[in-house]
Amino acid sequence: MLRLEGLNVSYGHVHALKGVSLELSDGELVSLLGPNGAGKSTTLMAISGIVRPSSGSIAYDGVELAGMDPREIVEMGIIQAPEGRRIFGGLSVAENLRMGAVRRKDKRSFKSDLEEVFALFPILEKRQRQAGGTLSGGEQQMLAIGRALLAKPRILMLDEPSLGLAPLVVKEIFEVIEGLHSRGVTILLVEQNAKAAIAVSDRCVLLETGTVALSGTKAELAGNPEVERIYLSRAEGGASHDAT
Amino acid sequence: MTQLEYLLQQLINAVSMGSLYALMAIGLAMVFGILRLINFAHGDLIMVGSYGVLLLNAAGLPFIAAAAAGAALSGVAGLLMERLAYRPIRGAGDVAMLLNSFAVTILLENLGIVIFTAKSRPFPSPEAFNAVVELGAVRVSSLSLISIATTVILLVLLTIFVTKTEIGISLRATAQDLVAARLMGIDVNKVIAAAFLIGSCLAGVVGVLWSARIGKVDPLMGFQPVLKAFVASVVGGLGSIPGAVLGGYILGIIEVLLQGLLPSSLAPFRDAFVFALLIVLLLFRPNGIMGGRDKEKI
Amino acid sequence: MKFPAKGKLVYAAAGAALLAFAALVVAGGSGYAERIFIGLAISIVLAEALNLFNGFTGLFSLGHVGFMAIGAYASAILTLPLQAKASNLPDLPAWLAQVQLPFLPAALVGALVATLVAALVGVPLMRLTGPYVSVATMGFLVITQVVLANWDSMTRGARTFAGVQSLTTPVNAWIWAAVAVYLVLRIKNSSFGRSMRASRDNEIAAESIGTNVVGQRLIAFCMSAFLTAIGGALWAHFICAFSPKSFYFSQTFSVITMVVVGGLGSILGSVVGVLFVTVLSEILRYLEGGFSLGPLAVPPVYGASQVIMAIVLVLVIVYRPTGIMGESDSGLASLGKALGRRMGAGGANK
Repeated sequence: MLRLEGLNVSYGHVHALKGVSLELSDGELVSLLGPNGAGKSTTLMAISGIVRPSSGSIAYDGVELAGMDPREIVEMGIIQAPEGRRIFGGLSVAENLRMGAVRRKDKRSFKSDLEEVFALFPILEKRQRQAGGTLSGGEQQMLAIGRALLAKPRILMLDEPSLGLAPLVVKEIFEVIEGLHSRGVTILLVEQNAKAAIAVSDRCVLLETGTVALSGTKAELAGNPEVERIYLSRAEGGASHDAT
Repeated sequence: MTQLEYLLQQLINAVSMGSLYALMAIGLAMVFGILRLINFAHGDLIMVGSYGVLLLNAAGLPFIAAAAAGAALSGVAGLLMERLAYRPIRGAGDVAMLLNSFAVTILLENLGIVIFTAKSRPFPSPEAFNAVVELGAVRVSSLSLISIATTVILLVLLTIFVTKTEIGISLRATAQDLVAARLMGIDVNKVIAAAFLIGSCLAGVVGVLWSARIGKVDPLMGFQPVLKAFVASVVGGLGSIPGAVLGGYILGIIEVLLQGLLPSSLAPFRDAFVFALLIVLLLFRPNGIMGGRDKEKI
Repeated sequence: MKFPAKGKLVYAAAGAALLAFAALVVAGGSGYAERIFIGLAISIVLAEALNLFNGFTGLFSLGHVGFMAIGAYASAILTLPLQAKASNLPDLPAWLAQVQLPFLPAALVGALVATLVAALVGVPLMRLTGPYVSVATMGFLVITQVVLANWDSMTRGARTFAGVQSLTTPVNAWIWAAVAVYLVLRIKNSSFGRSMRASRDNEIAAESIGTNVVGQRLIAFCMSAFLTAIGGALWAHFICAFSPKSFYFSQTFSVITMVVVGGLGSILGSVVGVLFVTVLSEILRYLEGGFSLGPLAVPPVYGASQVIMAIVLVLVIVYRPTGIMGESDSGLASLGKALGRRMGAGGANK
């Protein structure tokens, strides 16, 4: 169980997260939604230890994560596939995948885990010697997820997997996400594409300029006009603190 | 000696000098790739290696062992440099890094002057280095061939390291995207230390070969080589290891070409021409040969 | 004017250093005092000039001393009396051999030459990104070094260029120092200056609103070269004998330290930095020559002063990277505002 309480994160003078609290139970798929600049990526970066919160707590199974080195957080099994994929363009697909396994305690099952990833994403096996930068957007997203999977995540955090991808590819990716979810992987999904995200989620949390505006089960949020209002009012030019 | 043989002789010269430049430029590239640090003090690592060899050899160690130890000493010096001067300012921005490296080089050069005085000392290169090898009518110094051979061996080892070992691949990954590397749990401190260690050991090797070539050691000896290394690195594209190698050999060839082509009245201006050509290159390829035409994306 | 809060220990150390410095000056006599006085002024010109480029554009030039050299050599050649020209520079081209100018025109010509060179070199350079600019400007410095050291007919090559007339006085040096401070301050607070600093802080945003970032940088580079060359001319006629080696990395390190320790981007900071470095290096230079503390005799350790200066620079960068004054000019800003109102232009403060 991952629990965030009263999380505050600032980038210099910009107060990006203002007292964010949320919970993620084992096996759940929770979506973190919200318009641009709401603080979704910041939340993931805080959990991963890249960004230090100024106050608040991030606890996993009772262990306080805030202030830990990113390495240790990866060792605890909390893995992020970041926004924009951020695969290593100059490394081959195979090398990229290998980097996912850097912190793993048991290296011996790497080969079989690699087979599983290839079974999930056959295109990666086909292109394994190619440089990561030569892959298409969708393929890079698969690579990013595959790389994260090889770290044997207990919690998998995906930041905007649908970003910049064609609808057909998005459908594929979400099918994979759904598949992982049904296999019991705990997932924290950040998405701008609210519709697709809500469809696969158990629960959703809606962020608006750094605070939790709304949260609830898929059923509760599906018809909620508040969701629309938050997305649209932002689009009409609300205060702009770009702090995603 | 025919035209062809003369060309061959000059080519071997160019390649042997280019080898040294390449080895130095690699050290700069590795460190810049990850930290965006322009390490002026890299030249002083050359000096450290040379003095190491000098002292150890004088203490009785046979030359080859002293050379290896000298290179190792450079490696340690590089690690210390990273730990004391550069790690504390990680994240402070490119300018701070550059300034610190400037300060470190002034510090090391003058420390060398304080300890050893500015006077140069003769370098104890073994006879084998000074022999002249004859390949037909072509005469080359054995040092040239040794330089080339050493570089090739080291390049092969380095390639194996960065493509087959986990830390080597991590190094390339970190140079490409530091945040993504941290997200994967890569130990960035360890990777940076490895980059410094390897680059500095390479500098130490260059120290041995360079001192053997000029026959002496002095505290300011690293200055000229590091300037050349910068040119090589920039030509190839800062941060790129293959670029550094390419740049090194291109520089070696251009220097020899200019030597041959410039009229004798302009010969002393050779270095000015080299740097001028560098500026012209940057006009067309602002990020070096292997860097793109575009500026950095957001 | 607020000084940034520092520990009492630092104030005590600074006080002690100033006292020691004062003692040195008094002991050195009026000649030494005057030399220090003039030296401070020249350093201020050089520091402010460097600050104009390195502080405002976000790029870091390592080659400015090359412009100092151009200013020094050009003005020195022009002011050299005809007989000295004939004996020291026998191969000077005829038109030059007949010319002798007083200091100001000579300095201005030198500065113009430097500005032209800056414009030429700047066109390819100003399009580059950070580290490439630094290496390329360093390359420029090397080019000037090689040219000066080999252009025997003009510069006597690597040999000492001596016999330069001592035309730098406390008066003209400090007038130029005041001019430099005033100019750079006005530029900082002008719309050009603010636009440049905005470009420095976010180049992409600046370009998106139509700012010609490369053009701005080129102008700053040329202005900076002009002032640096003036500094070079002043220096040449102060020290009266120099060689190309005087304008290389040692000098570069010195000026950079002054600007960085004082605070990159701060006008007052450059002045403070000049003071700091001058005081410290004079004290260190004295100590370097060996001294005795009662029964303890410390032998001369040449090179130690540079080691200590380098350590100081590292400490400043690690612990106080924005320098003593940071980027602020809050005290000077109110002065600038007052001047601006007098001049009719609305100068705003930082």
